[in-house]
Amino acid sequence: MNSVTEKRPHIASIRPRNTRWFIALLGVLALAPMFIYPIFLTKLLCFAVFAMAFSLLIGQTGLLSFGHAMFFGGSAYVTAHALKIWGLPTEVAILLGTVFSASLGLLVGLVAIRRQGIYFAMITLALAQMFFFFCVGLPATGGDDGINAVPRRELFSVIPIADDRVLYYVVLAFFIASFLLVYRVMHSPFGQVLRAIRDNEARAVSLGYEVGRYKLIAFVLSAALAGLAGSLKVLVFRLATLVDVSWSTSGEVILMALVGGIGTVTGPLLGAAFMLTLQSALQGLAQWMPVAQGAVFVVTVLLLPRGIAGTLGQIRKRSRHNPSDKPINHVTTPHGNNRAARALVDKTDTNA
Amino acid sequence: MPKMSDTPSLALRVRDLHGYYGPSHVLHGMAFDVPTGEVVTLLGRNGAGKTTTMRAIIGLLHQRTGSIRLNGKETIHLQPEMIAPLGVAYCPEERGIFASLSVEENLMLPPILNPDGLSLNEVLAHFPRLAERAKSPGTKLSGGEQQMLAIARILRTGARFLLLDEPTEGLAPVIVEHIGKVLRELKQRGYTILLVEQNLEFAMTVADRHHVVEHGQIVDSFTNDELLSDTDQLQIYLGV
Amino acid sequence: MDELFGIPLPALAGQLTLGLINGAFYAMLSLGLTVIFGMLRLINFTHGAQFTLGAFGAWMAMQYLHIPYWGALILVPVVVAALGILTERILLRRVYQMDELFQLLLTFGLALIAEGMLSVAYGSSGLPYDNPMPGGMDLGFMFLPYYRAWIVTASILACFGTWFAIERTRLGAYLRAATEKPQLVRTFGINVPRMITLTYGFGVALAALAGVLAAPMDQVKPAMGSALIITVFAVVVIGGMGSILGSVVTGFALGILEALTKVYYPPASSVVIFLIMTIVILFKPVGLFGRQA
Repeated sequence: MNSVTEKRPHIASIRPRNTRWFIALLGVLALAPMFIYPIFLTKLLCFAVFAMAFSLLIGQTGLLSFGHAMFFGGSAYVTAHALKIWGLPTEVAILLGTVFSASLGLLVGLVAIRRQGIYFAMITLALAQMFFFFCVGLPATGGDDGINAVPRRELFSVIPIADDRVLYYVVLAFFIASFLLVYRVMHSPFGQVLRAIRDNEARAVSLGYEVGRYKLIAFVLSAALAGLAGSLKVLVFRLATLVDVSWSTSGEVILMALVGGIGTVTGPLLGAAFMLTLQSALQGLAQWMPVAQGAVFVVTVLLLPRGIAGTLGQIRKRSRHNPSDKPINHVTTPHGNNRAARALVDKTDTNA
Repeated sequence: MPKMSDTPSLALRVRDLHGYYGPSHVLHGMAFDVPTGEVVTLLGRNGAGKTTTMRAIIGLLHQRTGSIRLNGKETIHLQPEMIAPLGVAYCPEERGIFASLSVEENLMLPPILNPDGLSLNEVLAHFPRLAERAKSPGTKLSGGEQQMLAIARILRTGARFLLLDEPTEGLAPVIVEHIGKVLRELKQRGYTILLVEQNLEFAMTVADRHHVVEHGQIVDSFTNDELLSDTDQLQIYLGV
Repeated sequence: MDELFGIPLPALAGQLTLGLINGAFYAMLSLGLTVIFGMLRLINFTHGAQFTLGAFGAWMAMQYLHIPYWGALILVPVVVAALGILTERILLRRVYQMDELFQLLLTFGLALIAEGMLSVAYGSSGLPYDNPMPGGMDLGFMFLPYYRAWIVTASILACFGTWFAIERTRLGAYLRAATEKPQLVRTFGINVPRMITLTYGFGVALAALAGVLAAPMDQVKPAMGSALIITVFAVVVIGGMGSILGSVVTGFALGILEALTKVYYPPASSVVIFLIMTIVILFKPVGLFGRQA
């Protein structure tokens, strides 16, 4: 287990080759409704955006949020309420939902970022649980029934999203915008600083970076994006429920990101596709879902820690012998540099 | 448990020892012997590979190849907990006193692996200060006291082959002298000691033989008598 | 007086007893997590599921083997601990060299599987388990069920026993030393990897024991652990993962505090612990008893 020579998944730079892949992907997504039920695809894109939001956070900053459902579901509630109760235009409702999530992200981030690693995860879980209870008690959320029959009014007063196909292309537009945004962030100086903080926070501090602020911005961005996904989801299902803010939803997005490949660009989409396919496969056996999810977690961590996209990228790289690969980062590859893990390896190493 | 009465003539036999920290090749074929009952030192600059060699012998260096024979038994592939019962004990450079244990608990911690060792009273006779500080937390001791505790700790186990990594580093001359006295007494009783030392003058008061280590290899060896009689050589190595 | 700040004494005493009981569970569970974390540097997300397994184990022991409560109290923690040990040796060991977040996800996945299987096998509504100590005593200002008194007693005994074993025995000294400097302890001839496995087993046993204690309280449900464990995480963050004593004291204290909130300001009762957690993080991030690593 040669941790120092393990390679970091290559973060694709903007090269002609990649642009071609991207166009191809767009083509596939544009034509997909002809072959696959549009609602399924729209749902896929919503969850892909959700997964991108989560993956951005853990991939670039190494922060594992166990409570991302609060941003997704919180925004869903706000959007649903804005559309149904306040009768606001669709685009305003989406904006409100996203802004709400960003604000909640700011509040939560200010608290949670004070601890790192597993503590951070536990704190986000606890705060999300608190938000869950808050939603349970709040009459405006509709309690167990949720907010249903949410109207799908024309976007910008012209685009008829009541039609499932039109909605698909609208959501696709949002997906592409999010995709490009995430891509841009990953390849910006901001993204580089985030990765530097993730790999060696002490060093980043000594270099003069305001580590807390960077992490907070990334967190808020991630929350906002998750909120966008939640808003879009309301348009698809015309429904916002307690499930959206529950920790099972938090768990699902983690699974999607993990299976797809943390830190990769296409991972979230692949992971979302995998999850939704799994869900439809288990259609009649809903009570097996947690077992299936748990099994996927276990298998992925043990056998495919890089996820689908990550492993494919690894295979592709090995066959190209790219010499410019740099040493590992500690989240997207499994062999961590963290002291605790090393101590434990020393404790139990049976390979003399 | 190997019987200490029929000790082979070599307590330690190292051949072609290569050691790695990850991709870093640190030991390049170390080879030397430590005859039973002798005190042998490993001399050399920082980073030469002396401590790494010790860690390899006690089993803490996971990536190692070659041959390490302790009392005739091959240990290159063994875990540390399997090597200790062969009668070897390790006192690391940082001393390794446990903060969450009292002095007494620190002292009594290592299990007695061989009945031939010093009894608690005998150990305390060598290091009376420890008895006075029995209930203090381990790390509240001074550097010298901690070193004495670290040595005392492994004397109880019954190990007759001691690996001591820089036992006099940073200590006052009085304590250095005390430790020297203890080591000479142990040698009288037939103990075998492998010593890593930067303090050559100290080493010369206890050792029979010296090996100079550089870049993970032995580059020179001489007996203590040879060193004492050759003052030019002495100057060179004191400059190390 | 038969009122305290406007609340009748029997009601207050009743709630405080419940608080003490919740605190007993918080204490035992956070103690188990702390013991495991200290030695393995692993947040055992499976802890809640192991608690649930304890409760189900008691039910199964009764149902299929006709083993009564008192037998289950001894047997079930041992069996569940054995399962935990198997898990540690076969699965957890493989991820020690991975980033700690992957370890977390693995234990999380295992929890999902365990609870999911129980749900598939027994449904999500509860299974009943008889109270082995029915009845109670009249203390004048309240009626104290025997079983509730037993839970608190058992928890205190278990916590004290654990503390004693770790702080005052030779085995505990080995444990504390191995937690500090595992490599060096191996050179003394002590099998540290085995100690780690057994420590994990012990932590799991504590969770399962709590589960057995919980079984007669309410019904035995697959989800009983997961709801509880999130609160326990908050307790752990508040107490800090540093000391054994800290997690026990914090557990009991928060249980009582939660009960008081329920009495005097009910709307906040389900979130008060999380609120306290937020405050602690803002002012003393390492926790009340925590030490900066």
